[in-house]
Amino acid sequence: MLNDLYSYLIQPLLSYDFMQKASVSLICLCLSAPLIGVFLTLKRMSLSGDAISHAILPGAAVGFLFSGLSVTAMTIGGMIAGIVVIIMSSLFSRASKSSEESNLAVFYLFSLALGVLIISLNGSNLDLLHFLFGSVFAIGSETIVLLGICTTVTLIVLSFIARPLILDIVDPLFLESVSKSGTWVHICFMILAVFNLVSSFQAIGTLMAVGIMIIPATSAKFWSYRLTSILVISVFQALISSYVGLIMSFHYNVPCSPAIIISLSTLYLVSFIFGSHKGIIKKFIKGKHYEN
Amino acid sequence: MLTFNNLTIGYNKHPVIHHLNMHIEKGTSVAIVGPNGCGKSSLLKGIMSFIKPMGGSITIDISRDKIAYLPQSSTVDKTFPMTTLELVSSGLLYKKSFWAGLNRDDIRLVNSTLEKVGLKGMADEPLKALSGGQIQRALFARLIIQDAELILLDEPFNAIDYKTTVELLKIIRMWIDAGKTVISVLHDLKQVRDNFTYTAILSRELVAYGLTEEVLTGDNLDKAFSNSFYPHKDANICNK
Repeated sequence: MLNDLYSYLIQPLLSYDFMQKASVSLICLCLSAPLIGVFLTLKRMSLSGDAISHAILPGAAVGFLFSGLSVTAMTIGGMIAGIVVIIMSSLFSRASKSSEESNLAVFYLFSLALGVLIISLNGSNLDLLHFLFGSVFAIGSETIVLLGICTTVTLIVLSFIARPLILDIVDPLFLESVSKSGTWVHICFMILAVFNLVSSFQAIGTLMAVGIMIIPATSAKFWSYRLTSILVISVFQALISSYVGLIMSFHYNVPCSPAIIISLSTLYLVSFIFGSHKGIIKKFIKGKHYEN
Repeated sequence: MLTFNNLTIGYNKHPVIHHLNMHIEKGTSVAIVGPNGCGKSSLLKGIMSFIKPMGGSITIDISRDKIAYLPQSSTVDKTFPMTTLELVSSGLLYKKSFWAGLNRDDIRLVNSTLEKVGLKGMADEPLKALSGGQIQRALFARLIIQDAELILLDEPFNAIDYKTTVELLKIIRMWIDAGKTVISVLHDLKQVRDNFTYTAILSRELVAYGLTEEVLTGDNLDKAFSNSFYPHKDANICNK
């Protein structure tokens, strides 16, 4: 029995090089992307992750055109496209006092259209699928290094900007009254989001990377009211789902990225029902009320 | 401490305050009174540099970190996972380095300040559990923690019950007694008479400024409240 469990759950990770590379990549991704997701959802910008993931497409496509499937070229291209889109939408929204999400929608759609045009003129539909859904079992050492750098940079920068970032969300006028850092902290944070999405597209694709960012961040809020706990729970949920997705993918020959996202969604449903802070069951249990 | 030099502030080329000349001494308490839309809040935003003057200037002889500001309506996101203690301590933390957290003395200070504003035992309560009045008390606690020399309050008792108002007014008097400069936009003239030494009556332009008992007269108030404040599309260009 134990041997069966071992050969089913552990052995694949120890026996195959491609499984080890996939595991390390996913661990890196899970240590940083959910943290970005928690702050994105608190900023009420959950769908911005989705928008940015589309926005980086033309940059990655141009990188692909110049250097084929080179991680460096596509990363640099994607970063440039993503950063241009978030800075333009931030500046346009602040200059016109209009919503950042609506400006982001305009820029990302333009960027996406440009990306599809570039790919269709010079590549094939297969290339586009690679961008969107990744191929975690074909991951190279270059991508693992990139993900490692991304995680390290994310953790260091987030720890530096956490305080003004939190104030910018919870009381932006107070931050503006005591410091001029609000805009820069916001842009810095959005660049981190771009970096995470760009570096994850080789592993699980840009579309699925948004899932690792946003889904655990949303389900963690069903379990706790403390920001630190929410951050930790979201990372754990991402790690568990990635492991389950990886094992499912290995044994049943299904694509890994969707398997991870379906695991995350299942955990979301479990959190929604059983969550100790805001779970639906807790709301239905009516005990005796307090005196005051 | 604070001088307005021929200051004009407004939006889309239409002024809400026109050619204001006024000087506020250090350690004074000034109430700003006037009808809705006459530029009271805009004046405070101008002091905070949230809006740039269309003309003239504002001279402040203290550094920006010595100014504390409470806006008219709170922008606090009550759904954010944060406790009362964390909100109040933000008045302290922005002064600290990135890595420095709260030490024991800081927590003791925050807890004693919460007690001063009537929020004893509420330190660990999440923001979403606080009422409007309790949020306002917490924001006053943060102002105390900020320990600023110039305190700007924009209609601090909007939608606040009588008891809370009385208790928060005591804190304003505590600041005044401690020699801080307090400038507050208020609508309740009794609160102005009872608590503020100086009053400025605004009605797009300065109607009167001086000792409260001399300025707060029927004539001045009639003059202030008789104007309308809608920007006219066909208004003439100002040549002052």
